[in-house]
Amino acid sequence: MVCLLTDIGERQMPGAVADDVGLWLSPEDMTAATGWELKPEGVCLVDICVPAAPRGFVREGKIDAAAFWRHMGWPVFSSDDGGAWLRGEGAETRRSSLESLTAPDFTLPDSEGTRHALSG
Amino acid sequence: MWQALFDELKDQNFSIITVAMDADAEAARPFIEAVDPDYISPIDRDHQVAGLYNMVNVPQAVWIDETGQTARPPEIAGTYDTVRSRDKITRAAPADVQVLPDEARTVYQDAIRDWVQNGAESKHVFSSDEVKARLTVPDDNVATAHANFRIGQFLMRQGKPDGAAPLFAEARRLHPESWTIWRETEEKNEAGLAARSTFWARIDALCEKKFYDTVYMAGMPE
Repeated sequence: MVCLLTDIGERQMPGAVADDVGLWLSPEDMTAATGWELKPEGVCLVDICVPAAPRGFVREGKIDAAAFWRHMGWPVFSSDDGGAWLRGEGAETRRSSLESLTAPDFTLPDSEGTRHALSG
Repeated sequence: MWQALFDELKDQNFSIITVAMDADAEAARPFIEAVDPDYISPIDRDHQVAGLYNMVNVPQAVWIDETGQTARPPEIAGTYDTVRSRDKITRAAPADVQVLPDEARTVYQDAIRDWVQNGAESKHVFSSDEVKARLTVPDDNVATAHANFRIGQFLMRQGKPDGAAPLFAEARRLHPESWTIWRETEEKNEAGLAARSTFWARIDALCEKKFYDTVYMAGMPE
């Protein structure tokens, strides 16, 4: 079982397949986990589309989320057994966020499990 | 400290969020329940807040104004470093140092009161340029350290300490300034604290560096 670690928690991905460097997701899982959709014009979020075919993100109906993230400049980390994957934030993203002076938002649970966002 | 200040200022458009950076929510629970806070007090098992704000120790705080902008960057909040002054055998701090945490707490709380009363006009609020100048920002090693730590924490929760160990070691190697990562990945004593001999060895290895960085606030003991 592959687990994707996201900003808001941990998401089990029963249909995901991990190989040495890739994390292959169904289009439905990709959208559910990340919001990015597979469309004829590429991998898309709202009005941004990244052509998939020239870069090999898509094979046999599945998307290599890890390759896609690396292409987008997001560092990708995984456990040795391929069971846990994390799309990290690069240092530049973190620096820019802090230097914007807008307090970075987060959502965390309290001791009873109720989730709270800094932004309310 | 925080509950009393919250009670005093909560009706003046002021709030507090305390975040417990603790992999084990049950370990944090007694401390939270002892305070029984009226403010939000979440538990951050993966130290996400440390990653987002580039925090390296506790207690650190950030002042955020009503528009969501940083009024003071992460800094040690209302205490003072007595660790470096302690006797290496007895671990007792000299009497003149023992009073400094209380002094720092008073100065810090008074500064918050001044901020609540005067808003952006408070002498304790930094300008945007001052905030940027006092920010510490992460480099690639720090960002990678937090990613390794996050996956390691996940593996620990999965009962896979052997898988987590190299990730924790890498996180510590990449981000040696982080006491939060070190504490979470270090063997604990009988009280559940990372305060064994390795802690004191790490303190000694600081040499001229500080355990708590200087807080640039009028009246704060140096």
